[in-house]
Amino acid sequence: MIWLTWRQSRGPVAVVAAALAVLAAVLAITVAGLSQLANTTSGTAFLNGLTSLDSTLYTVGAAAVLAVPGLVGVFWGAPLITRELEAGTHRLVWNQGVTRTRWLATKLGCTGLLAMAAAGLTSLLVTWWAGPIDTAVDGTTATVGFYFPQMFPVLFDTRGIVPVGYAAFAFTLGVTIGVFVRNTLPAMAATLGAYLAVQVAVPLWLRPNLMAPVTTTTPITMQNMLNITGNSLNVASPAPGAWIIAQHTVDTAGNQVGMPSWFDGCLGTSNVGACVGRLTSLGYRQVVDYQPASRFWTFQWYELTIYLALALVLGGFCAWWVRRRVS
Amino acid sequence: MTYVLRAHRLGKRYRQRWVLSDCTLDIPAGHIVGLVGPNGAGKTTLLSLVSGMLSPTAGTIEVCGGRPGSGAAQLAKVGFVAQDTPTYARLTVAEHLRLGAKLNPRWDDALARDRIRRLGLDPAQRAEKLSGGQRAQLALTLGIAKRPELLVLDEPVAALDPLARREFLGDLMESVVEHGLSVLLSSHVVSDVERVCDYLVALVASRVRLAGEVDTLLATHHRLTGARRDPSRLPAGQEVITVSHTERQTTLLVRADTPVHDPTWTVSQPGLEDLVLAYLTRPAMSGTDRSALEVAR
Amino acid sequence: MIEFHLDARSGVAPYLQLVHQVRQAMRLGLLRAGDQLPTVKDVVAGLAINPNTVLKAYRELEHDGLVAGRPGVGTFVTRTLADSTVAAHEPLRRELRRWLAKARRAGLADDSIEALFITTFRTTMGEDIA
Repeated sequence: MIWLTWRQSRGPVAVVAAALAVLAAVLAITVAGLSQLANTTSGTAFLNGLTSLDSTLYTVGAAAVLAVPGLVGVFWGAPLITRELEAGTHRLVWNQGVTRTRWLATKLGCTGLLAMAAAGLTSLLVTWWAGPIDTAVDGTTATVGFYFPQMFPVLFDTRGIVPVGYAAFAFTLGVTIGVFVRNTLPAMAATLGAYLAVQVAVPLWLRPNLMAPVTTTTPITMQNMLNITGNSLNVASPAPGAWIIAQHTVDTAGNQVGMPSWFDGCLGTSNVGACVGRLTSLGYRQVVDYQPASRFWTFQWYELTIYLALALVLGGFCAWWVRRRVS
Repeated sequence: MTYVLRAHRLGKRYRQRWVLSDCTLDIPAGHIVGLVGPNGAGKTTLLSLVSGMLSPTAGTIEVCGGRPGSGAAQLAKVGFVAQDTPTYARLTVAEHLRLGAKLNPRWDDALARDRIRRLGLDPAQRAEKLSGGQRAQLALTLGIAKRPELLVLDEPVAALDPLARREFLGDLMESVVEHGLSVLLSSHVVSDVERVCDYLVALVASRVRLAGEVDTLLATHHRLTGARRDPSRLPAGQEVITVSHTERQTTLLVRADTPVHDPTWTVSQPGLEDLVLAYLTRPAMSGTDRSALEVAR
Repeated sequence: MIEFHLDARSGVAPYLQLVHQVRQAMRLGLLRAGDQLPTVKDVVAGLAINPNTVLKAYRELEHDGLVAGRPGVGTFVTRTLADSTVAAHEPLRRELRRWLAKARRAGLADDSIEALFITTFRTTMGEDIA
């Protein structure tokens, strides 16, 4: 059964392995220059010293880690059962001497593990390569170029161990959707859609609440004021590498308020510093809810556990369905 | 006596429609069983229930003494060659044999290789490049080499040309002699099964209309031709299957356990195809006589 | 070794066709005592018929004392029928010639003579078997 699983999946696996090899080669070329720069400079100076190639590779690397689970779900997961159903070969292979449960368990287990390994390897490569950049970004509250702290929504997905969980989930999601949709191409499309939906929903609703955010009250200064959207003011991160969940302005009494009416007009006329100073003197402060950078690994483990649990549930459902059904 | 298939009031419903209903069969081992009936009668459903691909909605089924699909031991007892003989297009013939070897505990590799060699199949050839007859032979090899007690084939020769058809059936018969396995094969063409089967089950509109050994069926059914008369006045023990009248003549197909000696009838022997057709066109019985028309040995 | 063939449309049961073919071969001297009949496996592979048909035919021949089965080896002819040549039935032959002359004098054409003979033959043989 393991031989059969390998024989049936060796094409797609080879493709992913080749792509990984290319990525590794590309990253390896630049890693020397990067570490040398890290030895001589640090912090914002380091970040400013990065070339446009480094910036491109940073983005490419992140994209690769993001892509692997999705690709695995769409190209390994969705066709796993649907292709057998479409070709009718399930009538051949389910009438040999292995039970359907064992057939599915081996296919899910072996290919799933390969998927997790692929995602894990990609993440390992990219996290290792971007190490110096991440350290520098997490050490400052300033924003330089297109580099973001690891806690930030999209970047969080491309570092550490969560991609392993994403791959496991995307893969079993693909198999499960295939079980319902029964046709390969629609199943692939549906898997992509469902996976993207989950990946958008999790940082939006789940991740901020994994642990109660830290709340801090900070005065509004020229240094930390970022912008004004509508009637709300936004300040920069109070702690380096932190992920701001929500913030609002409060008055002296502690009630949440919008910008006072005179502020807008003030900005248009005299210097901004005076306006901000007046705000502070009137007792306006900013309350910021954030997740600190120190929680990065805790969150990684939490999310990994959740995604792996989801994958197990989906896998169990598939096993039940395969046993129960079909001709 | 060992039974290869025992079904009691077996039924399968699929989305509000009963595709198989009230099937009761007791088929002994050591036979080549033909399952005939028009398309849509439920043949594939019955075969899927036998192989364990489907599970029953009503009634019970026992195959080679076990419940279909109930584990590796049961799977080893039953070989199944599905309609259109599915094979893995991108796998070679040799890889299919390897699949069989890896997935079947009782796999007879020498037998499989010998068959492939005798059939003239190239082991390195991909299944998608084989002709229909060659694919059917490959699927049959996989079914036979796993050494089952019962081999189930769903319309195995429907898509084959006459030569491939003859070779396939000849090969199948040879394997039956060599390995002593029972066979259950379905076809919607009665003449295909007439040559090869010694036990017949006729399925029409989801019900079993006829089941029994071919010799007994032929011996106990008679075509009576004679002057026009009322068929209800026949003696007891003679059951009318079909009636047809012309102006002056009545033709009956009757089932009788004893020979018909009435000199006013000309008695002749219907062929198997005529017999099956008679049961196919006979209106469904109602009331207490719903059970299969099983002819005892 | 003889080769069997089957006429699916003849209306005669397959096993009887095999029996007749063996008898015919024996009568024509193609099969003599000691010759082996084709194995069940070979017959069945060539004709694509049920093995029980062949077994039934061989059993009937054995019952008639014409063949004997040796387990593990095969089925062998035990008698030579070619001796029962036409010459041994000369009286029957003469009677038949007289009857044919009578039929021709009665005005029957060749076809009618043949039809009369075949239907009478079949009915009589059928009565014997039934």
